Amino acid sequence: MICLGIEGTAHTIGIGIVAKEDEKCRVLANVSKMYKPEKGGIHPREAANHHVKQFPSILKKSIEKSGVAIEEIDVIAFSIGPGLGPCLRTAATAARSLALLLKKPIVGVNHCIAHLEIGRALTKCSDPVLLYVSGGNTQVIAFMAGRYRVFGETLDIGIGNCLDKFGREAGMPFPAGPIIERRAKEGRKYIPLPYSVKGMDVAFSGILTAAIHMLKKENIEDICYSLQETCFSMLTEITERAMAHTEKEEVLLGGGVACNKRLQEMVRIMAEERGGKFFCPPNEFLVDNGAMIAWTGLLMYESGMEMRIEETKVRQNFRTDEVEVKWR
Amino acid sequence: MEIIRRGAEAIIYRGEWRGRKVVIKKRVSKKYRIKEIDEIIREQRTKREAMLMMAARAAGVGVPIIYDLRIKEKEIVMQYLDGERIKDVIDKRGDEWKKRVCIEIGRAIANMHKNNIIHGDITTSNMIWMNNKLYFIDFGLGMKSGEDEDRGVDLHLLMEAFKAAHEDERLFGWVIESYKENFDGAENVIKKVEEIAKRGRYMRRVS
Repeated sequence: MICLGIEGTAHTIGIGIVAKEDEKCRVLANVSKMYKPEKGGIHPREAANHHVKQFPSILKKSIEKSGVAIEEIDVIAFSIGPGLGPCLRTAATAARSLALLLKKPIVGVNHCIAHLEIGRALTKCSDPVLLYVSGGNTQVIAFMAGRYRVFGETLDIGIGNCLDKFGREAGMPFPAGPIIERRAKEGRKYIPLPYSVKGMDVAFSGILTAAIHMLKKENIEDICYSLQETCFSMLTEITERAMAHTEKEEVLLGGGVACNKRLQEMVRIMAEERGGKFFCPPNEFLVDNGAMIAWTGLLMYESGMEMRIEETKVRQNFRTDEVEVKWR
Repeated sequence: MEIIRRGAEAIIYRGEWRGRKVVIKKRVSKKYRIKEIDEIIREQRTKREAMLMMAARAAGVGVPIIYDLRIKEKEIVMQYLDGERIKDVIDKRGDEWKKRVCIEIGRAIANMHKNNIIHGDITTSNMIWMNNKLYFIDFGLGMKSGEDEDRGVDLHLLMEAFKAAHEDERLFGWVIESYKENFDGAENVIKKVEEIAKRGRYMRRVS
């Protein structure tokens, strides 16, 4: 079985082609392009225009890379939500066109769950707690009673958003995460910032404001260091809470912010300290990508979750726990 | 020293303090976070938990007596409650007793909420019955708040706990009845509970 998946929830348009062989996931192609705003944050319509422009070339490239003929593809999958409306509609339109043209079945995939499923497929974990950290999303997800449930999440902005906004104030280009990570390595002094954990949830807007205020008083390396240490400690803490609550021993990372080596280190130490196991797929599959949509779409299709075209309307606020997980 | 429970952030063990049987709750250091953060967090939370326990006591709610607060060690030394967990006994007793205990539970929560105390982890395993009196333990996730949202989350967790652990559906009904009788703002909180239930995300392991 071969599935082509289209990712287009935010700044990335991606196409992945995956095959299921001996119950295992084989990624045949994973191509993507990222929209980078010249200034300011992501503009949904501009991002969607970018996706429209890039789609034909990445489709061609992904087919070439995969070595399969387009007719050999069995299913078309796409990111149905959550995400930015214009971007979602662009990916959905592309998916519908392909499905109708090739006369193939179509499935809409929940983006957050796709991050978890590709992690399960490419690492050796089986039933993990996922810490999913990206620009717009920050959630702790685990499987329980037939669904992926959110055990903790941000009460305001996503961690990536927090880092990007801080970066913008500090004059860094988008995405600011990697630059903050580099600067933080040279930081020595910890500047106290608000630490905001509420049960199993976190909040970042207060920390962001405090860090921006520091820009006038402290040096940038120390602020980056303090910002990372504070935010990542909070995330690691709620992940540990979720592991204790669900009595699960595996922890998996997902989302673009999970590329950060310091965050990886903290979560790994936490897992080791409690006798658990740490898993993290390669960066290419941490960031938004088409392969994760393709793989999850394939699992959904196999479990009978094919959709009619009328059912493929995008869902900007699609929640993780709304999905009935028939493939597990 | 006998460890009773190993939570995500603290270890609970049994000990002795001036000849008394006690329980010691120690917030342990985490290697993943830098020392500066680790120290602040553990100290603040140890103090906050002790303060919430004392505030609950002042509100007329049964809580263990705090014998000592060891800020440097991040330890709370408290009374050992030689009783039974409500979770283990409530299904085994007669209706009259059940109803009485549920009324007690409702009243205690009403008293906490009236005084802006949010327990944060109200389950029947965090309630102890000793010498004909109800006690609440583990204020580790608690906070001071007068928001109906926070009260609602508190109550919703209890509802989930009853659903998951106890078959008798009348139990939670009795609790709510008593909560309403003892707290004027109850209606607004109950509306919140329904709203929170619809969000469908506060699914937790309840034991």
